[in-house]
Formats: sequence, structure tokens, C-alpha cells
Amino acid sequence: MALSREQIAMRVAQELEDGFYVNLGIGIPTLVANYVPKGVEVMMQSENGLLGMGEFPTEETIDPDLINAGKQTVTAATGAAFFSSAESFAMIRGGHVDLTVLGAFEVDQEGNIASWMIPGKLVKGMGGAMDLVAGAENIIVTMTHANKHGKSKILKKCTLPLTGAQCIKRVITELALMEIKDGAFHLVERAPGVSVEEIQEKTEADLVIPDNVPEMNV
Amino acid sequence: MSGFNKVVNSYEEALEGFKDDMTVMVGGFGLCGIPEGLIEQVHQLGAKGLTAISNNAGVDGFGLGKWLDKRQISTMIGSYVGENELFEKLLLSGEMEVILTPQGTLAEKIRAGGAGIPAFFTATGFGTQVAEGKETRNIDGRDYVLEPSLTADFALVKAWKADTMGNLIFNKTAMNFNPMMATAGKITVAEVEEIVEPGELDPNFIHTPGIYVQRVIKGDKFEKRIEQRTVKQS
Repeated sequence: MALSREQIAMRVAQELEDGFYVNLGIGIPTLVANYVPKGVEVMMQSENGLLGMGEFPTEETIDPDLINAGKQTVTAATGAAFFSSAESFAMIRGGHVDLTVLGAFEVDQEGNIASWMIPGKLVKGMGGAMDLVAGAENIIVTMTHANKHGKSKILKKCTLPLTGAQCIKRVITELALMEIKDGAFHLVERAPGVSVEEIQEKTEADLVIPDNVPEMNV
Repeated sequence: MSGFNKVVNSYEEALEGFKDDMTVMVGGFGLCGIPEGLIEQVHQLGAKGLTAISNNAGVDGFGLGKWLDKRQISTMIGSYVGENELFEKLLLSGEMEVILTPQGTLAEKIRAGGAGIPAFFTATGFGTQVAEGKETRNIDGRDYVLEPSLTADFALVKAWKADTMGNLIFNKTAMNFNPMMATAGKITVAEVEEIVEPGELDPNFIHTPGIYVQRVIKGDKFEKRIEQRTVKQS
């Protein structure tokens, strides 16, 4: 069966390593914080100027001067630091963040990603996403495999304006974990109970399928 | 010492010389760390044709949303539209010019502007719309975009504490764009929660040294609206 949003987050969380500094985007990526494996300590970087994001506050401790990049009220974890936006993006652009997880509208087999606007319809703005994809070596994109009309978002070539060119190497959808290399998606794992045929059918891009595609452990 | 006393006592004085068609930077991330009283004063003044540089444009009816209501902004330079419906409408209709800029590039353009650096190369945005019409260069095998820096006629920032000499300390994530903007304004006005005497702030912990700040005003009131009120289930 296709993964829930929580299960996608759980699978991403398995990639967290002890001592990682991690930036989580808005949406499914935010949920990853709920599934940090036991014995693994990570520090969450929030690009509005916080390293060491803690849990949500209580009604008593809520502070309008302390928010995350999603504009949610948060707390600072033990050992946290506050800094300016310029400092924050020095961390990001300078490659100091160990893992970045963000969402997308489309990803293609060249590693291009589109996530910030749909011409004539919707403009969210790129926020920090362009800096994140340009600065990070280790990026995981979480997204749905196809839109609600069944049209694939895993493409040969992105149709929407790009957030970054040739920068994405790993994608996790509700159906599969895939890696991008040599101009194609490579199927690495599939969601429990989801057939390789279904993934193939919902993938417009070139998809390399090995003989054995293990099920995800979620 | 009086030559270093930056304190002004009214919003009129704080924005003396503010005119139509000026370029103005406004600190804040969403509604966090915005100079609420200064924004209101510009709204009252009704200055038009402004080029506004700010990460966001407030929300409908609050923060820079007030300037949008009065169509005071002709060009908006920011990184995020988000859920601001009027902003999105003015952008899509072309009524307001909007230069969407990656957040880190925006922060660095302002930092560079204040530091006397005219432009810099960054990998951010290469191969996207952001790089269109801009000089690019391959350095050591990687492609970069040349991004010009930004300065402004006025920088309106929000700090937590100031001394009368304009040394500033920010609070938590209300810092965001404020320190860089303070360096990049010809006239930088800091709206603060508390003003203390020189010597009362520990020089070890000044975020923005007073040299960057021309005027300091103690804010009347800070509403500090919260956009996403999230609390722990207890």
C-alpha cells in the first residue's frame, strides 16, 4: 500500500545519523523530526536564524519572537544558537548542513527540481529552497509520485520553472525510494505491497529497475 | 556625547526625509521582528512609488500588507509570497513589479551592500529564471551567477534593546534580516522595545554596532502577531 505522509517521514528519518545538522522544509519534511531514531542526536537548522530547534511550546511558554521557517512558534533546544539570515545562509550555501529534506512539485531524471511556482496560477516564492538545493550535497526530496489526476511528477524533464538544476540525487514518494544517476531514476526500494509495475506505470521518467527491489522497512 | 545620541521621540522625527519613490528595506521574517510602528507611520504618510526590500510582504492588512492595501509599493524585492493573497494577486496581475529573490541571496545582497561589496558570485539560482540576463561564470568547475548587492535610502529595523548611541541587540529569531539591513540603509531607523544608557549593554554582546544606526525610537506598542500558533499537546 502507498505510504502515508507519516510513513514517508519515517523512511526519511532512517537516513538521520548521530551528530547531523539537518534542515527540514515545510510539509512532510517537518514530520521527520517526529521519528528521529533512538540513540541518534540531531540538531535542526531553521533558515530564519535558529540552529537547534526544539519542540512546540506550551501555551505558557509561547514566544512570538521564536518561530521556525514555517512561521510556527517553537522552542530552542539545549545548545541552540540564534543568528541572522546572512549567517544562516552561510551555513547552507557553505555546505555545513549535513542533510536537507524538502518537497517538490516535479523532479526530473537530470536531477532538476521545480517547487516554487506554477505560471499564471500560483506563486509561493522560492524562499530558501534555491539556496538549499544549491548548497547541500545531501538532499532528499519528499513528494507524491503523481498528481491527483494520475499524472506523473517524476519526469524526463521538468515542465515548471526550476528551483535548481542538476542537484537532486534522492527522492522518496508514497510509492518508492529512487536515486537519480546517469540521467535516469533508479528504483531502490518500494513501499510495502506496492508492485514494481505500479511504480513503473506512474513514472514518466526513464526508470532503471534492478532484479530485486526490496520493500521499505516502515 | 550628544553627537552620538540617536534617540528620536516621535515617529514623524524617525521618518523625517522619507519621500515618494524611495527604496526602503524593512526587517522581519513573516511578522516576526518587524518594525510595526515605523511601518504604520509610512502607511500614514502615504508615500507612494516605493521600492520595498523585505523577505515577505506581511499578511493581508498587517505589516507590509498595509502598504499593499494603499498600493504604496511599485516594486517589491522579496523571497516569499506565501499565503498573502493580495500580494499574489498584485504579482499575477502585474500591477506591482515583484523581483523574487532566493532568501539567502537576498540576505547576502543586503550584507554585501552594507559592506561596500558591489556584487558577488553564488551557485544559488544557476540554471533557473533567477539567473536570466545575469552574468555567469564557471569557477573551478562549478557555475555561478553574479548577483548585485542592495542598499536603500531608508532601512527600517526592529531590535529588542538599544542604547542611546544606537548599539542594538536583537531577540531570538526576531533578528533575521534586521542586522544586515541596519548596515545597508543611508538612514537606518531602529524601532526598539527598550532604550538604555550607554554602558548598560555588554560590548561583548552587541549585535549591531551603533555606527550603522542613525535614529532610534522606542516603539509605542508591539502587537507581535503570531502567524502559526503551534503548541505542544500536554
